[in-house]
Amino acid sequence: MTILGQLALWLSFLLAGWGVIAGVLGGRRGTPAYVQSSRRATYGLAAALGVASFALMVALVRHDFNVAYVASYTARNLPTPYLISAFWGGQAGSLLFWAVILALFAAAAQWITPRRHAPLMPWVAAVTSGTTLFFVAVMLFAANPFARLPFTPLDGNGLNPQLQNPGMVVHPPMLYLGYISITIPFAFAVAALMSRRLDTGWLHAIRKWTLLSWTFLGIGITLGMWWAYVELGWGGYWAWDPVENASFLPWLTMTAFLHSVMIQEKRGMLKRWNVILVALSFFLSIFGTFITRSGVISSVHSFTQSSVGYWFAAFLILIVAGSAWLLTTRFDDLETEAHLESALSREASFFFNNLLLVGIAFSVLWGTLFPMVSELVRGTQVTVGPPFFNKVNIPIGLLLLGLTGIGPLIAWRHASARNLTRHFTVPVVVALGVVAVALLMGGREFYPIVTWALAGFVLSGIIQEFGRGVGARRRLHGEHPLAALAQLIGRNRRRYGGYIVHVGIVIYFVAFTGAAFKVEREASLMPGQSLELRSPFGHTYTFTHLGVSQFTQLNRFISAATLDVARDGQRVQVLTSEKRQHLDSFGRRQFEPTTEAAIRYTLAEDIYVVYAGSVEGTDQAVYKITINPLVTLLWFGGLVLLVGGIITMWPGAPRPPGPRGTSSAVRRTEPAQVGV
Amino acid sequence: MKAPAKVFLAGIVVIGAVGWLMATGISETGVYFLTPSELAQRVEADPSFRNIGVKMGANVVRGTITREVATQTITFRVTDGQTEWPVVYRGLAPDTFTDDVEVVVEGRLDDGGVFQATTLLAKCGSRYEAVPEAP
Repeated sequence: MTILGQLALWLSFLLAGWGVIAGVLGGRRGTPAYVQSSRRATYGLAAALGVASFALMVALVRHDFNVAYVASYTARNLPTPYLISAFWGGQAGSLLFWAVILALFAAAAQWITPRRHAPLMPWVAAVTSGTTLFFVAVMLFAANPFARLPFTPLDGNGLNPQLQNPGMVVHPPMLYLGYISITIPFAFAVAALMSRRLDTGWLHAIRKWTLLSWTFLGIGITLGMWWAYVELGWGGYWAWDPVENASFLPWLTMTAFLHSVMIQEKRGMLKRWNVILVALSFFLSIFGTFITRSGVISSVHSFTQSSVGYWFAAFLILIVAGSAWLLTTRFDDLETEAHLESALSREASFFFNNLLLVGIAFSVLWGTLFPMVSELVRGTQVTVGPPFFNKVNIPIGLLLLGLTGIGPLIAWRHASARNLTRHFTVPVVVALGVVAVALLMGGREFYPIVTWALAGFVLSGIIQEFGRGVGARRRLHGEHPLAALAQLIGRNRRRYGGYIVHVGIVIYFVAFTGAAFKVEREASLMPGQSLELRSPFGHTYTFTHLGVSQFTQLNRFISAATLDVARDGQRVQVLTSEKRQHLDSFGRRQFEPTTEAAIRYTLAEDIYVVYAGSVEGTDQAVYKITINPLVTLLWFGGLVLLVGGIITMWPGAPRPPGPRGTSSAVRRTEPAQVGV
Repeated sequence: MKAPAKVFLAGIVVIGAVGWLMATGISETGVYFLTPSELAQRVEADPSFRNIGVKMGANVVRGTITREVATQTITFRVTDGQTEWPVVYRGLAPDTFTDDVEVVVEGRLDDGGVFQATTLLAKCGSRYEAVPEAP
């Protein structure tokens, strides 16, 4: 089977190489034969990498331990879902996963892109094939998933127990899908620059792709938080670790792009900036992969160090050099068509939105790289941790949250006094009301109160928009309110889907404020002894230690400590936290023991219990108990984000297509407030 | 003032504020990351260095870990092959913390020459990959 995989990899290598050559020739000369050939190379590449992936999957499921990769990441007693997730659990396999998904996306892009963008397609094929070529080359020459061992071990090493979690089965693929799909917008940007077809055509071609990749990244990051929360047992979901930051960076620049692209579509402004943002997002997605693999930045998440880092470094330099060359040689083609008319306009608010998003991205990148930078400059490593990231990003994030409420409501070009009072009276009153209520209830924490006030500001603005839209439809068409709401969203999916995404973002921000009210305690309890904790919502929790039991389950030996939880004197739940010792097929200990936190989820506050161990020779158990307010909102916010994302990219044309060609002049006269 | 100039100016203010936040953030929260030998050199050159919080990356000396579960205290020694420091840590150790792993301890050196750690991070061995760990 590995021979098949190996052959498929070499075939992909040749196909990807040909895809680049044919794409460039087809793009330059327009020869139909080359254009056709580059498209077919893209399809062939997807098929060949599909075969390679199939071969690796079969090797994993069949326990072919002669394959080094299978022996390193799986074992006979590993449950089947984790055999499959081992596909992306290790270095070489995750490279293959990346390559095959990219090839599939590239094939899909060739397949579904409307005919009017045909002149861009050979260039797109060249870029996607070139990127795939890079990953295939790394596999063939540095990290081959089909490499064989000189002998066949009886059993494999098994998968790291912390990766044996349902969250870990879905989180990395989601994140990878987000990372990988950024390649498609980048390919279109390069295609537009190479062919100098720099009207809004390429922006239309990539709209769905950017939304897709942004949504995948957002969901992937959220699932990563969920996994960290459930599996790592420290009671939090985000630690500003380099690998977490690496996934956050392209999400930030993509968010900036999704907004600034609207300015280019409507007004023909920010053209250069948009090209830079797409290139930057692509760069950061590869950079994120580089950080996790090279060992350049010490992160506890990293894969082991390997020569793969040099390959990535070279590829990153190529991306920067290529993008810089394209931008400078096409600089004049990207001349802006309009200028800013007022500081009180949607253009200006989007400009600040971009500035803040890129500011956050820059500070996160700086903090992540600072240990390396300081070592180069001063000879001593200086590290920065969560305090740095929080200090910088909380104020910027709150400004951004405020803009979330302003941007969609303020008028294009120039906001009149009437526009401002019409849209912002209610939100401002709501925000002030939230502050008053918070202060009256005894709240004194600055950032949380500001966050809640801004959340009220943004949400009431959005509700007002929906209300006005529904009201207008009811007057015009006499529809039932719910029908009017469905019609309103369905007919302007991008706008109202965007509002729903904003609601999701607001929910995240409110969830973050819960961290300020976290209660944490360590306790050493004899059976029957209890601990009392008062929660920020005013409940009194009593935790009573019931005892520790030990047993074997699946591929692990478990010590389980059980707590009885009572809220305000009422028993509510029994929570069991486990220490797991993973065993190999021969019942020997394998890996370090892992901790399984016990969590009681409620909308307001989670109870998070970690069993830290027993005092030797006794039944006395040590617990770490955390009351985590508002964490559940995060997962709910993720869901809202997903729904909003799906609405914005739902296929089909909601409106008849506008006039073609240089249509920005026409589009400019379109009323800014459709449906009001 | 014209609109572009106003927005440009506001943009400069925003960039300046972000830069200021970053600069003060680093000077207030930045922590030296040293090896045991570098820590010894620093303390020798400037005894007041003891009071500065640092991070130290080193290997645990095999067989030196003692745990007292009742008080949640862990004592062990770390080394980089040249210099050894005793470390005291109070709190829950990560699952990956065992003999001979690479650790990062954050804290300060007390007057008795013992490193009082407030956080303890353990890196996994090279036997498997992609092991994440919490701070």
